[in-house]
Amino acid sequence: MILDSKIPGGALEEKWEKHKFNIKLVNPANKRKYDIIVVGTGLAGASAAASLAELGYNIKAFCFQDSPRRAHSIAAQGGINAAKNYQNDGDSIFRLFYDTIKGGDYRSREANVHRLAEVSVNIIDQCVAQGVPFAREYGGLLDNRSFGGAQVSRTFYARGQTGQQLLLGAYSALSRQIANGKVEMHSRTEMLDLVMVDGKARGIVTRNLITGKIESHSAHAVILATGGYGNVFYLSTNAMGSNATAAWRAHKKGAFFANPCYTQIHPTCIPVSGDHQSKLTLMSESLRNDGRVWVPKEGRKGLTASEAVAIPEEERDYYLETKYPSFGNLVPRDVASRNAKYVCDEGRGVGATGLAVFLDFADAIKRDGKDVISAKYGNLFDMYKQITGDNPYEVPMMIYPAVHYTMGGLWVDYNLMTSIPGLYALGECNFSDHGANRLGASALMQGLADGYFVIPYTIGDYLAQTPYDKIPTDHEAFKAAEENVKSINRKLLSIKGEKTVDEFHKELGHVMWDYCGMSRNAEGLKKAKEEIKKIREEYWQNVKVIGANEELNMSLEKASRVADFLELGELMVDDALHRSESCGGHFREESQTEEGEAKRKDNEFSYVAAWEYKGTDNESELNKEALQFENVKLTQRSYK
Amino acid sequence: MNLTLKIWRQQDANTKGEMKTYEVSDISPDMSFLEMLDVLNEILSKKGEDPVHFDHDCREGICGMCSMVINGRPHGPKQAITTCQLHMRSFKDGDTILIEPWRATAFPVVKDLVVDRGAFDRIIQAGGYISVNTGGTPDANEIPIPKKVADEAFDSATCIGCGACVAACKNASAMLFVSAKVSQLALLPQGHVERKTRVEKMVAQMDEEGFGACTNTGACSAECPKEISLENIARLNREYVGARLSSENI
Ligand SMILES: Cc1cc2nc3c(=O)[nH]c(=O)nc-3n(C[C@H](O)[C@H](O)[C@H](O)COP(=O)(O)OP(=O)(O)OC[C@H]3O[C@@H](n4cnc5c(N)ncnc54)[C@H](O)[C@@H]3O)c2cc1C
Ligand code: SF4
Ligand code: FES
Repeated sequence: MILDSKIPGGALEEKWEKHKFNIKLVNPANKRKYDIIVVGTGLAGASAAASLAELGYNIKAFCFQDSPRRAHSIAAQGGINAAKNYQNDGDSIFRLFYDTIKGGDYRSREANVHRLAEVSVNIIDQCVAQGVPFAREYGGLLDNRSFGGAQVSRTFYARGQTGQQLLLGAYSALSRQIANGKVEMHSRTEMLDLVMVDGKARGIVTRNLITGKIESHSAHAVILATGGYGNVFYLSTNAMGSNATAAWRAHKKGAFFANPCYTQIHPTCIPVSGDHQSKLTLMSESLRNDGRVWVPKEGRKGLTASEAVAIPEEERDYYLETKYPSFGNLVPRDVASRNAKYVCDEGRGVGATGLAVFLDFADAIKRDGKDVISAKYGNLFDMYKQITGDNPYEVPMMIYPAVHYTMGGLWVDYNLMTSIPGLYALGECNFSDHGANRLGASALMQGLADGYFVIPYTIGDYLAQTPYDKIPTDHEAFKAAEENVKSINRKLLSIKGEKTVDEFHKELGHVMWDYCGMSRNAEGLKKAKEEIKKIREEYWQNVKVIGANEELNMSLEKASRVADFLELGELMVDDALHRSESCGGHFREESQTEEGEAKRKDNEFSYVAAWEYKGTDNESELNKEALQFENVKLTQRSYK
Repeated sequence: MNLTLKIWRQQDANTKGEMKTYEVSDISPDMSFLEMLDVLNEILSKKGEDPVHFDHDCREGICGMCSMVINGRPHGPKQAITTCQLHMRSFKDGDTILIEPWRATAFPVVKDLVVDRGAFDRIIQAGGYISVNTGGTPDANEIPIPKKVADEAFDSATCIGCGACVAACKNASAMLFVSAKVSQLALLPQGHVERKTRVEKMVAQMDEEGFGACTNTGACSAECPKEISLENIARLNREYVGARLSSENI
């Protein structure tokens, strides 16, 4: 199949303006004749639902938490980028565009990324108007910081709780539309299937998580804003409930899944402390501005943070500073993560598990004083102490990389429509803007760009060509989808095996982390594929799910999500295996430069890999969307 | 560590609940409280018994989902943290721990430790927003806001909507939660336009949901994981009186 990205013609800077003019509009009076389903109320979903309701469409919104305000976006700490150039330090839309393309290691679409940079400035205006309390300077204007190694200060932030404040802003706009009767909100409701009629997305089937009731919802278009799939790895910085089910089940109905192997592993997380670990906690990347990363030159297993204080300078290896003299501790996330893995693989990791490196603030405290450091990182230091029991003012922190973000996702065209007509994907759930690696503070920007400023335009183009007729939920397509969902749940409940859902999930996570994590090779990936197949086979014979469908049943919820992770995991491995180049967060050991850095193969792999589902027991089919670069020159990243 | 857990079990909203006793052993002090409950739930699942249901998601103190009364205190014995941030090193080997859901008429129990906090959403829907549509907003730097005011608004805005304030209050009042949102928006110039109608509508909705009256005991703020201050309640009262004097809204 030829993938049509629908990128408008013309000069890069004019594409979006022109496109907005050329696409069809729905007359204001006719908007109320259209129903739109929005699954997910994170930054992408809440902003889309509110904006579309304001325009006059009838919205039904869904989330699995007890309130739309609790979507995983709430946890984002660091900030949100925008090309406002308030600091007069040389930022511009083109620079943000350029940095994002380069940061993504030239594996994203120029046109999408440029649009993202263009609308970034509107996002900040919108949020401030909603009452988002961003950090300010004494003069009363907005403050910015430089984030994730960017050369300009373009990150807006609200202490360490930027995601929370942005989400509460979008939630307030959503709440206003719920009160207006334009949004019908369904909390504690999980989408379990997509319904298609005549090849178009026309509704969803959901499970009411309190009563277990399986229900159908009909609409003229469906938007998925259901977040990322990092929890395939079991341990990640994602919230416990983050899952791939909505996207995966849409994929099984024909939506292509793009670049599934592109995952971001964040370098500064609190290390695993034991088998009981249920999730990993991110420590903001801003810590690397002042903290120095090191391990002992000679491996010392079990080295504690308090013992580390006594280790003399000459026995320490500040490996990032030595290896990358110009960027030092501020190298991009993937580089920092991979190097932490290398020193631990060499047996120089610290802490009880040997899977940790130090992040040391002793020099910064000596230089700037405790008060200055506390003003910058006080809440992070407190959080660290709360979790680990160690005091980072006195001993170095221990950190280790963890799965954090998934750049891959449902394939979408320039209008954010998937390969299924009428089905859209927004936010982390799509693949569109970050290429093979996402820059810090750009996910919040993308989620809100998609929801506030892109979908309200692009969906009109599709609806303007869709008749008003509604499809009743007793249509056979709804009945069939309901039956599909019921049979999956019945099956899961009837196996009554020996192993719990978590045991299987952990097994999958280990395989993914070992073979499809920070560093990958063909042999390991082939092995992973076999192992995942085995785990999946056993799952459907031996999983133990307690209780019934007709009740609040968290084991059943988990079981149906893990069933999908077991399929998606295999596709991630397929994708990682086929892409025998290194790019961004995807590091193939077979493809590295002489210095051991990631080496792209632009001639072979300058494309988006969009996978088409062909049945669980069949291999998925690869479709390629070639990437064209007309405005940037492809270079190999170097941080030496 | 070995622990005895006494946990509220309730099949659903319409069934009577009771405290049940469980033993767990080999609990590491590095575990979080919720990880300790995961251990219990794995044991129960293996035995074919229904695991203890509790709300949780982010497990880092920001989503506001987790909600347990531990030994009589919402979010447990430590100040300024949520249940998911509580670690087992705060307990001793051999301890008996009582675990109950939030208790308030406005927060009915759904199952075990899970309650329905929909009332909070409805209060926000009543007026906890600034009525601006997407697009057409002025440049973000057009209205300077003194840092002190912005910081104060931020402090109020950090409420995570967990409901511990209600659970801590003997009257089950929602004043701290409501006042935090009213304050945030009243402090910011963008929120001034709707200041009066907002406070009236939100307070009316709060009363309608069946939350109790505020008698200024301060238990809410003492148990609040985000340390939302009582100042907010004072501000709400001022805002409310001011609004009632001049508005014909309600
Ligand atoms: C700890 C952490 C810190 C971060 N910090 C930053 C940062 O500083 N800057 C930055 O730019 N990015 C950051 N990110 C990334 C960023 O937070 C996320 O990528 C972004 O918030 C995702 O938003 P979203 O709207 O796409 O999805 P989410 O916020 O994940 O929302 C998903 C929504 O979908 C719903 N949902 C999912 N499945 C279903 C289903 N089957 N049925 C019904 N509803 C469903 C959920 O209920 C939820 O409402 C961070 C991420 C993490 C984990
Ligand atoms: S005021 Fe505090 S206790 Fe009450 S809901 Fe907000 S964060 Fe929770
Ligand atoms: S689980 Fe999110 S605050 Fe506790």
